[in-house]
Amino acid sequence: MLKINNLHASVEDKGILKGINLEVKAGEVHAIMGPNGSGKSTLASVIAGKEEYEVKQGEILLDEENIDELAAEERAHKGIFLSFQYPVEIPGVSVTNFMKTAINETRKAKGLGDMPAKDMLKLIREKSEMLEIDRKFLSRSLNEGFSGGEKKRNEIFQMAMLEPKLAILDETDSGLDIDALRIVANGVNKLKSKDNAVIVITHYQRLLDYIVPDFVHVLYNGKIVKSGTKELAHELEEKGYDWIKEEVNV
Amino acid sequence: MDLKEKLVSSFLAFENRVDVETPIHDVRSEAIKTFEAKGFPTKKDEDWKYTSLKSVLKSDFSVFPKQENAIEYTDVKKYFIHDIDSYKIIFIDGKYSSHLSQTTHDGIDVCLMSAALTKPKYRLVIENYFNKIATKDSLSSLNTAFSQEGAYIHIPKNKLVEKPIQILHFSTGNEAALMLQPRNLVVVDENAHVQIIERHQSLTDNPVLTNSVTEIFANKRAIVDYYKIQNDNKNASLIDNTFINQKRESHVSVHTFSFGGQLTRNNLNFYQNGERIDSTMKGITIIGEKQHVDHNTLVHHIEPNCESHQDYKGIFGDNATGVFNGKVVVEKEAQKTNAFQANNNILLSDKASINTKPQLEIFADDVKCSHGCTIGQLDESAMFYMRSRGIPQKEAKALLMYAFSNNVLSSVKIPELKQRITKIIATKLGVNIGFDL
Repeated sequence: MLKINNLHASVEDKGILKGINLEVKAGEVHAIMGPNGSGKSTLASVIAGKEEYEVKQGEILLDEENIDELAAEERAHKGIFLSFQYPVEIPGVSVTNFMKTAINETRKAKGLGDMPAKDMLKLIREKSEMLEIDRKFLSRSLNEGFSGGEKKRNEIFQMAMLEPKLAILDETDSGLDIDALRIVANGVNKLKSKDNAVIVITHYQRLLDYIVPDFVHVLYNGKIVKSGTKELAHELEEKGYDWIKEEVNV
Repeated sequence: MDLKEKLVSSFLAFENRVDVETPIHDVRSEAIKTFEAKGFPTKKDEDWKYTSLKSVLKSDFSVFPKQENAIEYTDVKKYFIHDIDSYKIIFIDGKYSSHLSQTTHDGIDVCLMSAALTKPKYRLVIENYFNKIATKDSLSSLNTAFSQEGAYIHIPKNKLVEKPIQILHFSTGNEAALMLQPRNLVVVDENAHVQIIERHQSLTDNPVLTNSVTEIFANKRAIVDYYKIQNDNKNASLIDNTFINQKRESHVSVHTFSFGGQLTRNNLNFYQNGERIDSTMKGITIIGEKQHVDHNTLVHHIEPNCESHQDYKGIFGDNATGVFNGKVVVEKEAQKTNAFQANNNILLSDKASINTKPQLEIFADDVKCSHGCTIGQLDESAMFYMRSRGIPQKEAKALLMYAFSNNVLSSVKIPELKQRITKIIATKLGVNIGFDL
C-alpha cells in the first residue's frame, strides 16, 4: 500500500529525514519509535503532505502512485489520514460541521454529491458512540478548550468518520489517561481491516499493548536503524534508546 | 471648481430648498463656515495620516440629485435582512422612499429627519439633541450644513422595541457621481431598548461619496445595539461619523462589518456621561483589491466605574490597506475604569498593509486599561490540519478566517443578521462550505 524509497526531506534546508525506506502492506500495523528529535513527526507530516517540508530525494508511493506532487487535501482524498500530536483549535466551527465539510469535500473530489443529512447523522451517532463521545461535545467548537484527552479522542473520531486507507497516529497516546487510551485504542482496532493499514508513532510502548504492531521500526537521526516485531518495542521500553544510538554510532 | 468650492456655493442653492427661519438653519450656517475654514482633511492632519481622500474627492459629484428615482423592492430585497419583521427607513439617492419604508409613530417614532426638523411636535427633542455631540471637525460640519434628511428615531421611556430598525441608503447611479449627506438622530430614553441595522448600498459602479453623521443618545439604563454593514460597490466611499452620548448604566454596542467599498472611514466616538456605563465597539474588516478601511475610534471615560470593550479584526488581501486608530481617554475622575482594546490583523499578501495605533490617555490612577494589537499571517499549521482532513486550500482558508473573526460575530444578537454576515463573508471568500458557518 505505502512504499517509501530512500526518502530525504528537509525544512529550511536542514536535513531531517536522511534516507527512509519503509513498506506498509494492507492489513498491517507498523510502529515507529525513536528518541526525541529523530524525525518521527516529520515523517508523518511528509507523508501527509505538509508543505514546509521539502522532499530532496526519494519517493513516496501510495498504491504504486507517486504522491510527492499531491497537496495535503488530495492525499486525504486518496485515503491518508494523520492524527495530530497537537490538534489545532478552530473557534466557531463545530466538530459536526467540520466533519461534514471534510466528508463532503472528500466526496466532491471523488465526483460524488453531498452525503444525505440523514446518513451523516447516522454515521456521526455510530462513530461517536464507538468512541464514547458525548453528543454535546460534537456541537462544541473544534478542539477549542478541549482537554488533551478530548483532543486525541476527537482525532480518532475524525479518523472513524473518514475511514482512511492509511492512518498515521502521531503520538496519539501522549496526554491520555489509561481509560482514554483504552477507548482510543479500541476505536483504532475496530477500524482495522485487511484493506487498511496503520502507522503508530510513539515514544512509549504503552499504546502498543493495545494496538499490537506487526512490525516495529526505530527511527534515529533521520533513518530507520532497526526493524523488528513487537518484542523490539518491549526491549526499547526496558533498555531505552542508548544502546541503539551506540549500535548506530559504532 | 473643486469639490469644496462647489459645496460652499451649493449651500446658497440649498437655502432655497429649506426653511431658513429656524434655529436649525443658524446651526447649518455656522457649520458651513466651519467647513469653509477647515476644508477637507488631508494627510497632514494627524487623524488622517494614513487615509487620503484625494482620489475620492476628484469626481465631479452632484450635491443634489436632479430627480426622484424609484427602485423596485424585488431588485434590492437582497440588501435587506428580509427574513425578519422590521421597521425600515429607506432612502434612494438621498430622498426618502415611502414605497420601500415602513415607519411608525405608534408608541415610538421611527421616521424622517426632514419631518423632525420641521414639525413642531419634534421641536423639543431637536432642540435638546440635534447637533449636541457631533464635533466641529470639517466633515461633520459639512454634514451639519446640509443636514436635512436621514433617520429620526425616538424611543420613549421603558419601551422595548422588538423589531429591529433597518436604515438603508441606496444610490441608483442615475447621477454620474453623487454625494450624499445623511443625518441621523437616535434618542433612546430611560430603560428603553432598540436594535438598528444600517447599510449604504450603491447599485451601479458610478462614484458615490457618503458623508454621514449619526448622533445617538442613550439615556439612563438604555440599551442600544447598532450594526453597520459596509459592503458597497468598488466606487462607493463612505465617511461615517457616529457620536454616542451615554448616560448612567446604559449599554451601547456598535458592530461594524466592513467588506467592501473604495474607501471607508469610520469615526466612532463614545462619550460616557454617567457611572456604570458599558460601551462596546467591535468590527470585522475583510477587504482586498485596492480597498481601504479606516477605523478611528474614541472612547471618553468621564465618570467612574465604567467599561469599554473594543475588538477589531482585520483581514487584508491584495493591495488592500487598513487603519486602526483607537483612542481611549480616561479622565481623572474616572476611577475604576475598565477599558479593553484589541486589534488583530491578518495580511494575506505582501502588498497589503495595516497601520494600527492604540492611543491611551489616562489621567486616573486606579484603572484597568489594556490594549493589544497583532499583525500576522494565516496560521500554517491550522491550514495543514484542515487540508489533511480533505478540506481544500480555499475552503480551509475561509474556515480559518471565519474562526479568526468569530468572537466578534458571536456577539451579534440578531440571528438572521449573523447568518447574513456569515453569508457575505462566505461569498466574499468565494466558498460554499456546505453549512451556514
